[in-house]
Amino acid sequence: MNPYAVKLAMRHLLSHPGQTALLMAGVALGVSVFIFMSALIGGLATLLTLRTVGSIPHVVLEMPDRDPATLYMGPGAQVVLQKDLSRRGQITIWQPMIPIIEQSSGVIAVSPQIRGSAFVQRGQAVSPVGVIGTMPGKLSVIAEIDGAIVDGSSNLPADGILIGSVLARDLGLRVGQVVQLTSDRGRSRSFRIGGIFTLGIASADRQSIYMNFATARALFDLPTGISRIEIKVQPATDAAGIAERLRLSTGLKATAWTEDNQQLFEGLDAQARTGTIIKAFSLVTIIVGIASAMLLSIVRRQSEIGIMRAMGASRGLVISIYVLEGTLIGVVGAITGALAAWLALLPLPPVSAVTRGDLPIDRQQGDFLLAIALTTLAATLASILPARRAARIDPVEAIGA
Amino acid sequence: MTKEQILSVTGLIKDFGEGETQTHVLKDINLAMAAGEMAALLGPSGSGKSTLLTILGTLMRATGGTHEMLGVDLMHASEAQRTEFRSKNLGFVFQFHHLLPDLSALENVMMPAACAAGRETATMRARASELLDAVGLSDRRDFRPAAMSGGQRQRVAVARALINNPVLVLADEPTGNLDRESADHVMDLIHKINQTMGSSFLISTHDEHIAGRCQRRIELLDGRIVRS
Ligand SMILES: Nc1ncnc2c1ncn2[C@@H]1O[C@H](COP(=O)(O)OP(=O)(O)O)[C@@H](O)[C@H]1O
Ligand SMILES: [Mg+2]
Repeated sequence: MNPYAVKLAMRHLLSHPGQTALLMAGVALGVSVFIFMSALIGGLATLLTLRTVGSIPHVVLEMPDRDPATLYMGPGAQVVLQKDLSRRGQITIWQPMIPIIEQSSGVIAVSPQIRGSAFVQRGQAVSPVGVIGTMPGKLSVIAEIDGAIVDGSSNLPADGILIGSVLARDLGLRVGQVVQLTSDRGRSRSFRIGGIFTLGIASADRQSIYMNFATARALFDLPTGISRIEIKVQPATDAAGIAERLRLSTGLKATAWTEDNQQLFEGLDAQARTGTIIKAFSLVTIIVGIASAMLLSIVRRQSEIGIMRAMGASRGLVISIYVLEGTLIGVVGAITGALAAWLALLPLPPVSAVTRGDLPIDRQQGDFLLAIALTTLAATLASILPARRAARIDPVEAIGA
Repeated sequence: MTKEQILSVTGLIKDFGEGETQTHVLKDINLAMAAGEMAALLGPSGSGKSTLLTILGTLMRATGGTHEMLGVDLMHASEAQRTEFRSKNLGFVFQFHHLLPDLSALENVMMPAACAAGRETATMRARASELLDAVGLSDRRDFRPAAMSGGQRQRVAVARALINNPVLVLADEPTGNLDRESADHVMDLIHKINQTMGSSFLISTHDEHIAGRCQRRIELLDGRIVRS
């Protein structure tokens, strides 16, 4: 880099400090928009993911759907065993699997469950529900039921159930009341409502009923087997890989939460794209701002540039001076803006701690270095055109001799 | 004693524009200059003085004729060659000082040398300092042009024209914007530099008083040299 070009570029910037500061402030603003958007979009994604994975299992293990066995295959004929539709998928030998699953890396909680469909009946009102029977002490390992109880308690005696608040409202149920439950196996029994929960997930609050493991066994005719094993993993984003490993080690069908939540990923993707567009606009604004400021400055310095060319300055030197000038504005503005954004985001709580109404801004996802690099690049690009124009100034015209 | 010839121009013409609007500004200029010469270029306004100086200064090409200096055919040299030639051998003083407003007097004097070298060096600084001494402005070294008088600025411009030890300094009405006293001061200076450093000067003017201080007078009228 030509030291004289550096000196002149610096001199130009320093001799109009107000104008230089204003330009740099503009760049800084663009950079902070960029960083703010990155942190917000990233934070939103984290928050939505956290909220989504918070109350759902990350991996579900179930009995695989067996393909009908081929008994005979020969020329012209094939004999297969017809699929037995009356048999439910149940995991019969499950006890030995639990310690294996619990010890798999990434797994933080395991909950064997009895599941089934049933009807709740109260007077004339009937509502279909999904029953979940959990083992003692495992009530809250998948969804935080304990903390979601809005009325009553989470204790589950043999005749007790917990129901969602939407279901309670729809059927006009209150804690302490007795309802009739009829399972899809035709068994019927009365239960006392021990607690009402609000998970904030519409389907759970409308349809889920929790009960004691042993009670559920009886209700659904499952004396030994279980319906499924629900698992929480850490980090939740590794669920697909962990599911695959569990499938291989248990021979069960393993479904990761990511498979069932494509909508979330599409939403996050659309959100990320919106963020990218806004970030691109902030870069374009920086380019337009610097380019127009440089053009103005070059028009103002026309005769200076002319005289330098007349006195032996090469076109290359003139280009260097103005490209450097733009780049310096970009670098200083970018660093200032990034620093300001960092300070501004410093007091914000981590995404996991945001409360309703707060923007979930994640400083860690602020892309500070990328913002600085892209802005510097943008500033350099923005000054190339004006600089080339400066280099083409005809000394004779500029001097007006 | 004939001195070494540095510049030779023959049959030089310059036209501006084309077709109906074409104007023949310089018509068949023949001119030679010797080393160390100090010549005045006289002529009424519009006679073509500035155009001739601009061409001699390689800032513009003639339409026709020959233009040679120090054995170099400048008529057919490339732009890059002309830029380098200009930087090494020619100095300029204009009617308006055209100092760079963001540089001090000393830095302005160094500018043509620094442009060529890509940096300011201690040698340049010393040389520029000497030149500022010579034009009587050693105490204004660190002043910006805005803090100097018109005459002082023009003297800095003269010092700047000399930083690369040019063979020929082309001065286009260098005192045109100055009062009589400042003009005399600048002319004294040019005279002294011409004597001590041996640079040739070609000074355009329409002021007889200025012309009277040069050894030679070249008169231009309507694009032709009528006396040289
Ligand atoms: N770029 C140009 N285009 C057209 N005509 C020009 C141009 N430059 C100078 N002229 C014309 O050339 C003539 C001589 O101008 P100039 O060399 O400036 O004269 P002087 O310096 O002696 O006053 C004038 O008539 C002027 O209008
Ligand atoms: Mg003129």
